[in-house]
Amino acid sequence: MLELIDIHKTYENKPLLSGISFTVEAGETVCLLGASGSGKSTLLRIIAGLERPESGQVLWNGTDLASVPVHQRNFGLVFQDYALFPHLTVAENVAFGLKMQNLPPEEIKLRVTGSLEQVSLSRFADRHVTDLSGGEQQRVALARALAPRPRLLMFDEPLGALDRALRDHLLGELRGILHDSSIPAIYVTHDQEEAFAIADRIALLHDGQIVQSGTPADVFARPASGWVADFLGLGNVIEGKWLGGGRVETSLGVLEVDWGMEASRGESVALLIRPECVKLIENGIGLKGRVADVLFQKNGFRVTLENGLYFYTPAPPQVGEELSFALEAECLG
Amino acid sequence: MALRINHGDTKTRRFIYFLRDIVPSWLSSRFFLWLFPLGFIGLFFFYPLSRILTYSFDLSVLTPENLRLTSSVLLFTLYQAFLSTLLTLIVGLPAAYLFARFDFPGKALLRALTAVPFMLPTVVVAAGFNALLGPRGWLNLGLMNVFGLEVPPVQVVGTLGAILLAHVFYNTTIVIRVVGSALLQLDPRLEAAARTLGADSRRAWWHVTLPLLRPSLLAAGILVFLFDFTSFGVILLLGGPGFATLEVETYIQALQMLNLPLAGLLSAMQLLCTLVFSVLYTRMVAKTRVQVSPRAAQYNLRRARLWREKVFVYGIGLLLVVFFILPMLALPLRSISRLEAARGQRTDVQYGLTTDYYSELFVNRRGSLFYVPPIRAALNSLGYAGLTVIFSLLMGFPAASALARPGKLERWLDPLLILPLGASAVTLGLGFIISFNRPPLRLLASPWLIPLAHTMVALPFVIRTLQPALASIPERLQDAASSLGASPFRAWLTVDWPIIWRASLAAATFAFTVSLGEFGATALLTRPEYPTIPIAIYRFLSQPGGLNYGQAMAMASMLMVLATVGILLIERLRLPGAREF
Repeated sequence: MLELIDIHKTYENKPLLSGISFTVEAGETVCLLGASGSGKSTLLRIIAGLERPESGQVLWNGTDLASVPVHQRNFGLVFQDYALFPHLTVAENVAFGLKMQNLPPEEIKLRVTGSLEQVSLSRFADRHVTDLSGGEQQRVALARALAPRPRLLMFDEPLGALDRALRDHLLGELRGILHDSSIPAIYVTHDQEEAFAIADRIALLHDGQIVQSGTPADVFARPASGWVADFLGLGNVIEGKWLGGGRVETSLGVLEVDWGMEASRGESVALLIRPECVKLIENGIGLKGRVADVLFQKNGFRVTLENGLYFYTPAPPQVGEELSFALEAECLG
Repeated sequence: MALRINHGDTKTRRFIYFLRDIVPSWLSSRFFLWLFPLGFIGLFFFYPLSRILTYSFDLSVLTPENLRLTSSVLLFTLYQAFLSTLLTLIVGLPAAYLFARFDFPGKALLRALTAVPFMLPTVVVAAGFNALLGPRGWLNLGLMNVFGLEVPPVQVVGTLGAILLAHVFYNTTIVIRVVGSALLQLDPRLEAAARTLGADSRRAWWHVTLPLLRPSLLAAGILVFLFDFTSFGVILLLGGPGFATLEVETYIQALQMLNLPLAGLLSAMQLLCTLVFSVLYTRMVAKTRVQVSPRAAQYNLRRARLWREKVFVYGIGLLLVVFFILPMLALPLRSISRLEAARGQRTDVQYGLTTDYYSELFVNRRGSLFYVPPIRAALNSLGYAGLTVIFSLLMGFPAASALARPGKLERWLDPLLILPLGASAVTLGLGFIISFNRPPLRLLASPWLIPLAHTMVALPFVIRTLQPALASIPERLQDAASSLGASPFRAWLTVDWPIIWRASLAAATFAFTVSLGEFGATALLTRPEYPTIPIAIYRFLSQPGGLNYGQAMAMASMLMVLATVGILLIERLRLPGAREF
């Protein structure tokens, strides 16, 4: 359906997007995950037609959209902070897109009622949007984008301004609505929990490029680079030098790793040591480290060693205590 | 105080406690701060105003002819104000859009250029347009010279067109500032949202941007209308005898027809209309809070890239430069150029530069307009302006310091102090004439009357300049300075004085500039032997002859330079973030 080919864009003479390509298939929700300032919103604006890329193509079912102006694309966009029309009521906001399609008034009324029901806002129809709470405004924005039955829905950090509990609740609703309507969607966020909760597929944006793309489980299990593992907070990411034969020289010593890849000798590689892969050994002969910090968290005590390595244990050690441990490292290349 | 005290009576006792505990502190601080300025405003604003109203409530004034005259004058006043407002919006809206959407070289300069006329004295603006478009102006003399014509071909001065042009020249900056700042702060995503919902840019503008700008548009429109409605100098000087608005007719009836009751009626009508428009304006301003996005300006402003954007930016920019610079350039140039035969000369016309118009100002000619050399007008003006500065600071300081830390009393008195802004200068002048023409206040012959009137005109501005500065003096900073070992005087000198000094200089410059250019009240109150600069310019302009015309140009140029220096100084001293209107 939607296909992006080699999109380039600079912002204030610095490259912002350098060669973005990806596709969104029918009924699929793709989540663009990246740090703030990584150009996610700009990419959405390019797809919507609000901005032009310096090079590259946006295709819809194989047709180039370059000559199609914003208002003829029929792509819905839910803005960060919603951008509701402050001079209109809730119902008028939702009706806006339908009015622009020049639909007859009866049909507009019918579809506005339907859309408001979909987001459970029927009793707010005649309120002014400025009188609504953040969560309610968010739903109006969603209803407004859904009402004209767009070919594609885009969300730009739609839950960024809401508190955690409300965010989780709305995320569930949103997932249901996207599933029921089967409209393909692109969801932009910097919050990985949000991304994992809503995406069929995740695309990670870094340094103007998509560094990894796949299902949430896939990305979680096989991060493509040290940056990905670090950004997703999967565990300890350390640099090392490939010695060959699955041996890597690191600041912790020479580690044996799963040998799923081949690199040339002396090349630097990134290793991921997930916290659950650090095992304490009683008076063992393994690696040694002194405890720098102990912190209580939901899933146990988070122990940080002086060499920077962290992991979780059920029983807290003393700060300054020397521990012996064994670990499993994954080589990320 | 002959108050009998009965200690057994609890009510009386309470009253005594009240007097002892409340009144002294009240008397010592607030009340005395207010006594002086309130007395002044009462005597020189509310008293004259009430005299006008009693004049016009006299039933004998309401004759059919008077009513007919009043209503036809009112109609013309509304008509010209409406046309002027419409034209100002037509010029101002593209300009507002230009400033709110595009960055271009020289933007700050162009913005300042459009703002200067707003504070220029009316006589200077009138003289500027006269120098450009009048019968002896550059355009006409140029055309006559090129085509060998005997009479000036372009008739602008003396028509409604000249009035409209000058009004647009004056007030475009209001539209640029009010509508432009609303447009600049408008969240750009609202328009983007409309477009993703299927609106083309025309419909997005019509259904989203325009409705959101409506309160600012109306506020700007009403304010411009108000200024056009109360305009006096422009109409008298550029319109000529054919065009009488309420203000001009008040002046004519009071000074030429000596029909004070009718002048009172016209003035009362003027006051009523002004009041209605002011209330409307205040209500509009309350609604102008647009959806502000903190970084909107950053997204809204861009450099012109597409060719039609470039055409728009440079086209409108050039038009604004031409429109705002030409009259202000024509004036000083005309004051040093000889373009026609001097009075009485039969010889060929000599073209070229001349300082005659300036040197003539120092000569006391027999049979001239004045009994004294015209330059005396400048000395009078400077004297009046100096007195105005002293008076208005004397009144303004106590009022502003009370308003800077407002209590209950101040919330009531604040609007009272601003009311004089709404009354026109001509009304004020007429009020003075009616009020101070008999004992015990027989002031009409006194040279003090004009600076007093000027103080009344300048006072609201002075208070509004001083108040935010005084309010910005942090009380805790003084404490901090004292706790660091500064004596109270040193603390005052290092903390308060720099702020006060700056604000006082700005307020003083304001009062000085207002007084120098004041025309409306002065025109009614002036005495032949004490002309001011604007009055002298007016008299020179209404006399025939190239020399009179040249002297008007010379004097107007001097006033223009003085006023521009004043305006620039005020801009430099303005407290950041102070309100503009």
